[in-house]
Amino acid sequence: MTGLQRGGAAIVGAAESDLGQVAEGLNPIDLMAQGIARAVEDAGLRLRDIDGLLCASTQSRTSGLSLSEYLGISPKFIDTTILGGSSFMFHVAHAVAALQLGLCDIAAIAYGSTQRSVGRRQASVREVNPFETPYRPFLPSTAYALAASRHMHEFGTTREQMATVAVAARQWALLNPVAWEKKPLTIPEVLNARMVSYPFTVRDICLVTDGGGAIILTTPDRARSLKKPPVYVLGCGQAITHANISSMPDLTVTGALESGRQAYAMAGLAAKDIDVVELYDAFTINTILFLEDLGFCPKGEGGSFVEDGRIAPGGQLPVNTNGGGLSYCHPGMYGLFLLIEAVRQLRGECGDRQIDGAETAIAHGNGGVLSSQSTVILGTPATV
Amino acid sequence: MDQSPLAIYQSYLDKGELAYQWSPEAGRAVFYPRLVCPFTGGTALEWRVASGLGTVHATTVTHPQQGAPYNVALIDCDEGFRLMSRVEDIDPMTVRIGMRVRFRVHQPSGDKAGEEPAYPVFVPAEAGR
Repeated sequence: MTGLQRGGAAIVGAAESDLGQVAEGLNPIDLMAQGIARAVEDAGLRLRDIDGLLCASTQSRTSGLSLSEYLGISPKFIDTTILGGSSFMFHVAHAVAALQLGLCDIAAIAYGSTQRSVGRRQASVREVNPFETPYRPFLPSTAYALAASRHMHEFGTTREQMATVAVAARQWALLNPVAWEKKPLTIPEVLNARMVSYPFTVRDICLVTDGGGAIILTTPDRARSLKKPPVYVLGCGQAITHANISSMPDLTVTGALESGRQAYAMAGLAAKDIDVVELYDAFTINTILFLEDLGFCPKGEGGSFVEDGRIAPGGQLPVNTNGGGLSYCHPGMYGLFLLIEAVRQLRGECGDRQIDGAETAIAHGNGGVLSSQSTVILGTPATV
Repeated sequence: MDQSPLAIYQSYLDKGELAYQWSPEAGRAVFYPRLVCPFTGGTALEWRVASGLGTVHATTVTHPQQGAPYNVALIDCDEGFRLMSRVEDIDPMTVRIGMRVRFRVHQPSGDKAGEEPAYPVFVPAEAGR
C-alpha cells in the first residue's frame, strides 16, 4: 500500500485463545483478552505495554470499549474497523501506519467469538435487505455458491476439484494438534455430504467453532530486543468491490487481484517468491479463486491446479497449513488465524506441519460475500 | 423528500412493473434503487420500467433444514442491471446459466399476505406467453 514502509513494523507475538467449543459462559471479550495475554507472553512483553488496540466482533457493538475496560488499559490508538473476516488484515495495515507515525509503540490485534456456543444466528444478526431477503438466500453460503456456479460455467471447474480443496485442508488439519477435525476425509465424502447450497455440501463450507486470538506488532527497533525473532510486515494491500453478491462486478474475479497487486508491489515480491500460502477458505471455491487472483496460477485454472495433492501436505505449494477454516477452526471472522499461522511458520514453530526454510508467507483475508479482500505478506529477518 | 427510492420501486411492483433507475450522466442503469448514482456521484436519477426480460447469470439451489430446496439466481435484465431473484415453474436444478427468463410479480400469500411486500421473480421466457 502506498505510504506504508516495507518492513516498517513487525509481528512479535501471536497466540490463539481457547478454540473449538469453549467453556460455558465465556464471552468474545474473554477470548480476545486471553489471546492478548498469551500473545504478550509469547512476545516477552507485559499487558501494560500495549498502547494500540485493534479488534472487531459481530457479538459486541463497541468491542474496543469492552476490551479496553476488561484489560484495564486506555489505548493511545484504537481501531475497530469491521469489514468481515478480512478485518484483521486491514488492522495490520492500520497498525503499521500507526506505528510508523508514532501514534503507538505496541499494538495488539484481537478477535474472539463464541458463535458455536451461542449459535450462528445469535452471533451474527442478519440485516434485512429488501432486494435479497425475500429470496431466502442462506448467507453467506448461497452467495458463494452463485460465484462457484459462474466459475464452473466459465472454466469447467468441477465439484470434485472443489472437494479436493476440502480434502487437502483436512490432511493439513490432521497435522495440527488443535484442529477441530480429527478424522481423514475423502472426495466422495465431501460430494455425498448434506447439500447446503448447490454445488456446496456441508464439507465445502467452513466450520462453525468458537475461538479467538491476538497478534502483537511493534516497530522494527523495538522488535529486535524481544523474545522471538520478528516477523516483518513486507506488504499490505486491500480492495472493496461490493457488499451484496448481486453487486459483485465479476463473480469469477475477486478484489484479491488488486489487494495482491498492492501487497506484492510493496513487498517487492511475486507469487513465485512466497513459501507459505494462507488463504481465507470459508468455502472450497475461495481457495481456487484466491490462488488465481494472487497469481499462483492463471485465471480459470485453479480447479486443475489443486488436483493431485498440489496444495496438500507434501505438495508443491503449501496452502492453509493449519487445516484452514474448513478443518481447523472458523469462529465467524477467521482472518486473524491466517496471520497467526503465517507467523508460526516463519518462526519454525509448526511441528509436523512445518514448511522447512520458510522465509516468506502470504496471509489473505476475505470478508462479506467476497466483498472485502486484504492481503498481508510477511517475512523473516532475512527478508528485510 | 416525499418518497424513498424503495417506496417508489415498490409502487411500480404493485402495478405489476419492474422499475429501475437510469443515470443520464453515466448513460447506464442503476440497481438497486438509491439516492446517489454510484457511477457519477450525481443525484439526477430517472425511473424507467424494464421490459421484464433477462438472462440467468448465476444460479444455485439452496437446501433449507426443513422444506423443499429452492432456486436463488442472479438475473441480468436486458436493460443492463442485475438483481437477485429466483426462477420459478421449473425444477430448481434445471435452471441454467444463459437461460432466458421473464419477470412476474410474486404476491406473498397465506400468512404473509398483506404483510410482506410484492417482489419480482422470473419464469422461463418461452413459458407463460
